[in-house]
Formats: sequence, structure tokens, C-alpha cells
Amino acid sequence: MSKMAASSGRALKSFVQGCCGCSSVILPSIARNVILQKPAVTVLARLVCTSSTLQRKNIAAAGPEKYTQEFIKKQIEEFNIGKRHLANMMGEDPETFTQEGIDRAIAYLFPSGLFEKRARPVMKHPDEIFPKQRAVQWGEDGRPFHFLFYTGKQSYYSLMHCLRFIQLLERILALPYCSIEEEYIQRFRRALEVQSKKQKIEPLQYDENEVAFSIGEGRRKTATATATVRDNGSGNITVNGVDYLLYFPVLQDREQLMFPFQFLDRLGKHDMECKVTGGGRSAQAGAIRLATARALLSFITENEVESMRQAGLLTPDPRVKERQKPGQEGARRKFTWNKR
Amino acid sequence: MEQYLFGCRLEQDILDLDQTMEHLQQALNFTAHVAYRRGIILFVSRNRQFTHLIESMARDCGEYAHCRYWQGGLLTNANVQYGKGVRLPDLIVFLSTLNNVFQQHVAVRDAAKMNIPTVGIVDSNCNPSLLTYPVPGNDDSGPAVELYCKLFRMTINRAKDKRRQMEILYGLKSQND
Repeated sequence: MSKMAASSGRALKSFVQGCCGCSSVILPSIARNVILQKPAVTVLARLVCTSSTLQRKNIAAAGPEKYTQEFIKKQIEEFNIGKRHLANMMGEDPETFTQEGIDRAIAYLFPSGLFEKRARPVMKHPDEIFPKQRAVQWGEDGRPFHFLFYTGKQSYYSLMHCLRFIQLLERILALPYCSIEEEYIQRFRRALEVQSKKQKIEPLQYDENEVAFSIGEGRRKTATATATVRDNGSGNITVNGVDYLLYFPVLQDREQLMFPFQFLDRLGKHDMECKVTGGGRSAQAGAIRLATARALLSFITENEVESMRQAGLLTPDPRVKERQKPGQEGARRKFTWNKR
Repeated sequence: MEQYLFGCRLEQDILDLDQTMEHLQQALNFTAHVAYRRGIILFVSRNRQFTHLIESMARDCGEYAHCRYWQGGLLTNANVQYGKGVRLPDLIVFLSTLNNVFQQHVAVRDAAKMNIPTVGIVDSNCNPSLLTYPVPGNDDSGPAVELYCKLFRMTINRAKDKRRQMEILYGLKSQND
């Protein structure tokens, strides 16, 4: 009896909520232990009308949209089917249709004159479009999976409970027969070495006397320099046809020239000849330093390349003179403030 | 803390172990009940000497540990920190209520704010007022902390075994208890 009363009360509540944007408060006025023959229910429904502004959900506070696993799977299926349709349309083989083909097809079918490349129509794999969501960290009963979940950084702190610590990891890789465990240890390593592979190393060139040489270019502020580093030399440096001692009277500039050689311990082994234009004294020295470092890349091993990159020898200095803004005297300096 | 002290000798406070015994029994009983009803137990201690021990103990029990730097909003701002629908711990066990600067651990106050019962080992320099089940005891020496770890681990394991037995006996599959 009471169950029927409750269900009819619930039905009434949902009906009331559905028809208008008002919240209703239902007070069943039956005592539970009263047994009735027929469901005589007196349910008082107090209609509380609130304005729509109060009921509107704060969408901004909900955070970024969450995509469920099924939604992403469906998107991937649709993408694959669409890819095949596109291949059909363009007259290409659906099996061997690559992403570049898709890009070309979309650019052909939906030509867009928009300047912003990211605003143009795009068809990519859903994994690249939808941001990666973190998988839920706890099970159905609410208990988190990892025992260090409440620390916030579970994978970081759980490393101490692994069988091997980081120092041991490094030591193991240094031992012979390390290839057995290398795969396990590589799991903890992020490939930072990828950056050094981006350096384009020019191959060594040989001139008439069979002496190896290499050319490098560098820029700093407004100065551009081209350096030719030759092997089997004795440390002579010529700048624009003039000896470096005469061209750079200041010690600081000469130190900049020498720094790449000194870093690689090759001070008296190479000859250097360079041309430099533009900029000032210091800028030219910096440009030549970068050019020399790039030229020396052809002579050295990969580890030395990585150490040079970390020393900052291969990074071009991006600092240029900041432009002057209207309403100010210089780039940052404002006009003298007058009270009246 | 004066009520828990037996006395003081040569400027060393001596805890009354009879009171410790009673408090410890009550605390362990409560922990057992929480574990029996499948609650989440979080072990907290900021004593760096015993971090590894406590974390291993928590892992063996199947419960949780936090012996690291406590970020401010872990309990009070959990929805933002972890995501919506997080389940907060149902019991927090402090193996040392002080943090590295010898002030009271933030979690004591936060647990009181979030209505989470706490069990804590209070030494003579600690404040037992905010804990639901304070246990006067030494939190600095190795053998003491190992003893506490052993006791908690035993309690929780027994409680969980009992739960499994009862489930098999009565065929209960309820997840809410």
C-alpha cells in the first residue's frame, strides 16, 4: 500500500517538474504504519516557482567536456568509414590512403581562403582532436586502485617501492650484459636525446690538399657570420681577412671565439676562417661563435654534440633590439611625467 | 596531555601505559569495524624515517598511505584535485600527528572539517583535542612505530578476513556496508 502511494507520489512529482520549470515539494501525509484498504493519498504539492536564472547551470564551472570511451570509439569508427568514402571519392585505393591523402582531399573538396590554418576544415584521427582524458582512478565501489592515490602524485612516489631505484637503474645500464634489462629500464626514461638528433650535421668536405673542412653559419642580433673550420691546423683564426687579434682588440670577444674549441679540447687543432657582416663588436663575436660551433659538429661524436647542446653553444640567441612604441621614448622608457 | 601522563622524571615525560592500553584497544576496535565495513583507511605520518615502512604496510593491507608533503586542498578541495565523485577516506590514522616543522599536521584539522573520524598516536608534545580516538604513545622511536604498524596491519587483515567469512556464510554481496 505504502509502495503504491510512494510511486504515485513520485509520478506526480516528475509530472509536475516536467511541465513547468518549477520545483515542487511533495509531503506525503500518510503515516507508514497505517494500513489502508484503498490508496487514498493526500499529497500536498507546494509549487515553488523560481526564475530561470537561478536554475540555469553554471556551465563554465563544470570544467572541460568529458568524453566517454564509447563516444571516442564511435568517433574512430566514423573516421575510418569516412576515410574510405573519401578515398573512393578521390579515386584512390581505400586500403593505402594516408593522412596526407586525407589532407589533400579535404583541401580540394573544401577550399577555404581563411588565413588561420587552424580554422580550416580538418579531418584527423579522433585521438589527435579530442584531448586525452585521464582514466578514472577508482573502481565502482569508490576505492582508488593505487595505494598512494591520496598523495596526488602516485606514480612519482611509487617509484621508491619498485624493486630498483634510479641510481641502480643508471648503474645497471653501465654494466656489460645490460641489454637484458635495458627494455625494463627504458620504460622509465623519456627520450630527451631526440632533441640532439634535430641538429643537422653537415658532412665533412675535403678540399684540394685532402684537408677536411666544414662550413657553419651563425647569426646574433644583426650580425651574420660564415665560418670555415679546417682540420690539421694550429689555431689560426682569420676574420674578414684580418687576424682575430687585430679585428677583436677586446679580450671578451676573443674568448667568445675560442669557447667552442676550448669546450671540445681542440684549441690548437683547427684553423678557422670566417666572414662577418653587420651588428656591433659583441654581436659579431657571438655570431662567429655560433657559426664555429655549427661547423665543428661535423668533426665530433654524438655525445659531444649533446653536451654542446646542453652547454648552449648550439642555441641561437633570440634577443634582438626591442622596437620603440608610440607614446614612449624608447622600448620601455616613458616620457618624463609632467604633473600639469 | 597532562591527563595521559603518569609523571615526569629527569625532565622526561612518562606516559601512563594503562590509559594507553585502553585507548589503543578502542582505537583498534574502531579501525577493525571500519575495515569490516569496507571503509577506506588512510595512514598519515610526516616522519621521514618511517615513510617506507608505513607505505609498505598500507600496501600489504590493501589500504592507503600518505607520508609525503600534504597539499592544502586534498580533503577540502577534493573534487577539484582529483575529479568529481572521489570517495574520501572513511578513517585517517596518524602515526605521528606532527609535521616536519613540529606543528600539528593539517590533515587533523581538515579531517575534523570533513567529518572524517581520526585515530592518532599523540606524543607528549602533541595536541589530542581534534582527534576522535587519540592514543597516547611514542611516535619517534623505531620499535614503537613498528609495533603500531604491526598492530594496525593485524587488525585490518583480521577484519577483512572476518568480512569475507561472513559474506561466504550469508551470501552477502552488499557493497554499501
